Amino acid sequence: MRDPISKVTRDLHPSGIRKFFDIVAEMPEAISLGVGEPDFDTPWHIREAGIYSLEKGRTFYTSNSGLLELRQEIANYYKRKHGLDYNGKTEVLITVGGSEAIDMALRAMADPGDEVIIPEPCYVSYVPCAKLTGAVPVTIPLQEKNEFRLTPEELLDAITEKTKVLILAFPNNPTGAVMEREDLEKIAKICVERDIIVISDEIYGELTYTGNPHVTIAELPGMQERTVVINGFSKAYAMTGWRLGYAVGPEEIIQQMTKLHQYAIMCAPTTSQYAAVEALRNGDADVAKMRESYNQRRRYLVKTLRDMGLPCFEPYGAFYVFPSIQHLNMTSDEFATRLLESKKLAVVPGTAFGDCGEGFLRISYAYSMSELKEALGRIQEFLLELN
Amino acid sequence: MKEELLRLIENNSRIDLKDLATCLGAEEAAVANMLQELEQDGTISGYYTLINWDNTDEEKVDALIEINVNTQREVGFDTIAERIYKFDEVKSCYLISGAYDFLVMLEGKTMREIANFVSSKLSPIEYVTGTATHFIMKRYKDYGTVLGAKKIDERERITL
Repeated sequence: MRDPISKVTRDLHPSGIRKFFDIVAEMPEAISLGVGEPDFDTPWHIREAGIYSLEKGRTFYTSNSGLLELRQEIANYYKRKHGLDYNGKTEVLITVGGSEAIDMALRAMADPGDEVIIPEPCYVSYVPCAKLTGAVPVTIPLQEKNEFRLTPEELLDAITEKTKVLILAFPNNPTGAVMEREDLEKIAKICVERDIIVISDEIYGELTYTGNPHVTIAELPGMQERTVVINGFSKAYAMTGWRLGYAVGPEEIIQQMTKLHQYAIMCAPTTSQYAAVEALRNGDADVAKMRESYNQRRRYLVKTLRDMGLPCFEPYGAFYVFPSIQHLNMTSDEFATRLLESKKLAVVPGTAFGDCGEGFLRISYAYSMSELKEALGRIQEFLLELN
Repeated sequence: MKEELLRLIENNSRIDLKDLATCLGAEEAAVANMLQELEQDGTISGYYTLINWDNTDEEKVDALIEINVNTQREVGFDTIAERIYKFDEVKSCYLISGAYDFLVMLEGKTMREIANFVSSKLSPIEYVTGTATHFIMKRYKDYGTVLGAKKIDERERITL
């Protein structure tokens, strides 16, 4: 029989830590700090709006780009939070999670041979999605000494004649790094000068703990016309299972993405879209409450890890800390596997998010304080036993 | 920091000072001082434990009593409220808007005990013109906590 699998699919690397996942799966008694989703339930008023839409029989497709009502609310959100004008009719696309929006944005913009710059460590889908278009992913290993922010020098070094797209993902999964206005200004200037399009994955934007609101690169001069902002409801409103995200950007790009989305997906889930309207209209207080709680746990985790001798830069976003284990003379994978086996605690090796994650661990604080306490106690024991 | 501290301990008054300071990103001494001030000025009025007595052998009955009163010259709501809330049986007492004036929560050992209290202590207060007693049959949620609900983490243990 001929090979049923396409070459491009076959050549995509499976997620590097599949093996580690399998060990975790076989250990039901193990606890975990390994999730990438909120521990909160979706606020009831949002769930209730979804239920109500079902009761009303809103069980049909929406338009390809999503409910106009929702697209308008998203446009309002960008006006309210960032002072940006987007036309809800033409510059917003509702997708199945932020993940789909990333895929569609890359498909819409990258041709075979184009280079897509991807700073790592980062979420696992950017590189494969870029490869699926035939584009060449060019990764930049970000440095802990820069708090895992992208510097203008690093970007300039990666740019070639073929560079078309830069993917920015801040606040970042897995590092928790943020890019503040001053950091983004330097990047924006280069993108304008070198005519680079930015896909800015801001799914964790609401979960920023600098004390200043999240800044999107689209706010900066010359950037709105060359930025596709990816966002969604999963992290901010604790709605991961609803699978709802969106992209906002220049009409030309969004319309082409909508065309692809129409063929691949038809439209995002209708129930989720009605729930999302409620989230945007009446969800600010929920987000503020969750953000405060995450921030408390973040401070607790960073301090406790540092106190037990794991160096940990201050992560000001998302719900992850990214401590270093470089001084322990073992790989991230080794550390995670031994921790799991001896203390029944799962954390994610940094290498799951790119080779430059070697020497780091991703620890999620989307857990209750008592769970965090228990888990950190186990890490402490593990470290003591190493010595 | 004050409000964040209060929100934090409102939901977990047992968190120890060290963790409290860490969660707030503050020095222990500063948090201790702030707690002391808040206790002294009455902002923190007490530390209680939310108990689901249904899980115990102790018999308890709670009732909500609506009370209508007639205020008089020099006898306003505050004065009347004091006559009501000074009874140990009264757990909570609120002045409210709407069809009646006070809402009082009583705790007793039996329904009869509560009925006796209403008829022999509350109703006879000279300003009280009427009461309506509602016995609580079942408590589902108190102070923001759903009673008897055990939260199970249904998430996958690792997601990227």
